[in-house]
Amino acid sequence: MSARSDSIGELAKEPSVLRRLLRSRSGALGLVIVAFYVTVAVLGLLQITPYPPTEQHRVDRLQGPSSQYYLGTDMFGRDLLSRLIKGSTNSLYVAFSCVAISSTLGTLIGTASAYIGGTFDNVMMRIMDIFFAFPAILLALLVVVILGRGLDKTIIAIAVVYTPIFARVARGPVLSVKEMEYITAARCIGMHHRRVVFFHVLPNTLAPLIVQVSLALSWSLLTEAGLSFLGLGIQPPEPSWGVMLSESQGISEIAPWLMIYPGLAIMLGVLGFNLLGDGLRDVLDPRMKRLR
Amino acid sequence: MFRYLAQRLVAVIPTLIGISLLVFVAIRLVPGDAITTMLGTEAGMLTEKQRASLEAYFGLDKPMVEQYFSWIGRVLQGDMGYSVRHGKPVLTLILERFPVTFELAMLSLVIALAIGISIGTLSAVRHNSMIDLFGRLFALTGLAAPNFLIGTLLIYVLSVYFGILPNAGDYTDFTENPLKNLKQIIFPALTLGFSFSASVMRTTRSAMLEVLGQDYIRTARGKGLRPRAVIFGHAVRNALIPIVTLAGVELGYLLGGAVIVEKIFALPGIGRLTLNAISQRDYALIQGATLFIAFNFVVINMLVDLLYAAIDPRISYVSKK
Repeated sequence: MSARSDSIGELAKEPSVLRRLLRSRSGALGLVIVAFYVTVAVLGLLQITPYPPTEQHRVDRLQGPSSQYYLGTDMFGRDLLSRLIKGSTNSLYVAFSCVAISSTLGTLIGTASAYIGGTFDNVMMRIMDIFFAFPAILLALLVVVILGRGLDKTIIAIAVVYTPIFARVARGPVLSVKEMEYITAARCIGMHHRRVVFFHVLPNTLAPLIVQVSLALSWSLLTEAGLSFLGLGIQPPEPSWGVMLSESQGISEIAPWLMIYPGLAIMLGVLGFNLLGDGLRDVLDPRMKRLR
Repeated sequence: MFRYLAQRLVAVIPTLIGISLLVFVAIRLVPGDAITTMLGTEAGMLTEKQRASLEAYFGLDKPMVEQYFSWIGRVLQGDMGYSVRHGKPVLTLILERFPVTFELAMLSLVIALAIGISIGTLSAVRHNSMIDLFGRLFALTGLAAPNFLIGTLLIYVLSVYFGILPNAGDYTDFTENPLKNLKQIIFPALTLGFSFSASVMRTTRSAMLEVLGQDYIRTARGKGLRPRAVIFGHAVRNALIPIVTLAGVELGYLLGGAVIVEKIFALPGIGRLTLNAISQRDYALIQGATLFIAFNFVVINMLVDLLYAAIDPRISYVSKK
C-alpha cells in the first residue's frame, strides 16, 4: 500500500507538460516565437495595422524603411508592415485550418485502420501509400487543378497532403495500445468499440500526434508560402508571406526589403514551430532527446 | 536477392495501379467537359458534329471504366496522349525535359550529401562543442528556409554583388556546351542542395551519435585504432542507413521536378513543364507528367530498399525458411 502511495506521490510531483516544455531551451524559444506570431496574427485579424494592408499610396512607392513606413513600401506604395501583419493572419489561418482538418481526418483514418485491422487496415494503408507517392507540392498542385485557386482551396489542398502523414503517425501507437490488457478489460465489461477507441485508445496515443501537429504547422506554412509564391495559393492583393515574396521578384535588386522581411517572417515562423515540435518531442518522448 | 526483387516488384503494382486511378479520376474531377478543358476557349468554335466526333476519337463517349482501361493500355504502350498547347506527344515532352531535371537532381543530391554528411559527422564527433552548436544552427536555419527564399536570395546576391544573372533563360544542353550548362545549373543545384543538406546533417548527426555510443565503437577505440579509422571505418558506414532512406525519398522528390526552383531559375525541367501545364490548363500533359513523377517516386523508393542490402551486411534478403 505504501509503495503505491509513494508512486502516486511521485506522479503528483511530475511537472506539467507546459512546465517541462518551458524548462527545455528549444521548447521555450519555440513557444515564445509561436506566441508572438499568434499575437501578430490576432492583430491582423482585428485589423490593427498601421495602414489598411491593401491601401495604395502611389506617391510613396518603393520607399525604404522610415518613421512613416517602418518596414518600407512595395511597388504599389502599400505599407509592408501592415501587409506582413495581415499576411501572418492569412498564413497562420491556412496553416492552423489545414492541420486541424488533416490531423482530425488522419487520426480517425489511422486509428480506425489499426483498431479494425485485417483487410481494412491493409486497404487503407495501401490507399495512403498512393498519396505518399506524390511529392507534397505536386499533390497540392493537383488539388488546386481540380478546385481552383484561393484561400479556402489552398487549405483543402494542403490538408489532402498531410492527412496520410497523420494517418500513419496515428496508426503505429494504436497497433500496440489495442493489444494492452486494459483494452481487453474494457471490451470484456461490454464497452462499445467507439467508447473504447475514444476514451481508452486515443488518449494513450496522443503524444506522437501532438508533436506531429507542431511539425505539420511548420510544413503547412512552407507549403502555403510555396503555393502562393507560384501564384496558385492565396491570391493577390490579399497578402501572405509567399505572395509578398513572389511580388518582390524582379525588383528585389532595388528594394531588397521586399524580399528580406517576408523571408524572415517565413523562416522565423517555421523555426518557431519546429523548435516547439522538438521541445514537445523531448518532453513527451525523452528517448529522442539524446539523439537530436 | 532475385526472389526479394520479384516480391518487391509485385508489391508495388497495386500502388502503381492506385496512382494511375487517382490521376485519372483527379483530371476527370476538373469542372467542365473534357473537350472544353482540352481545347480551352477554342472549344466554343466547334459544331455539335465536330464535338461528337472528337468525343468518339478520344473515347469520351464510352463508360468511365472502359475509358480508364483504354487510357492505361495506351500508357503502357508509351502513348501518354497529346499536348494540344505544345503540339507534341506528352511522352516526347517529358523525355525532352527529364534530362534537365535529372541533372539538377543528381547535382543537388551530391551537394546536399557532401555538406550534410560532413557537418553532421563533425557535429556528432565534437558533440556539445562550438562546432556542434554551429552545425545545429545550420540545420535549424536550413530547415526553416524554404528553397524559394534561398533561391531568391542567391539571385539577389549574384546579380547585385557579382553581376551574374543566373535566371537569364536560354538553357544550354550539357552535350552542347558542358561549361555553359554547368554555369546555368550550379546555382539552382546549390539552392536545392543547401536546402536539403540541413535534413541530411540532422539525420547524420543523430545516427552518428547513436552509433558512437555502441559497444563495438568502444572496442575499436580500445584496441588502439586511430580515431579517423574508427569514425570512417566503423561509425559512418553504420550510420548510412537512415541517410540512404532520406536521400532516396529526396531523390524521388527531386526527380519529380523542383517546381519552384526550376521556375525561379528558368530551367526547362519536368517541374516547370507541369507548372506551365497547370497554368495553361493542358490536362493531357498534367495527367502524363503527374503519372510519370509518381511512378518515378515509387520505383526510386524500391531501389533504395534494395540498396540497404549493399550497405548493411546485417540485412539479408535471403528467405529465412
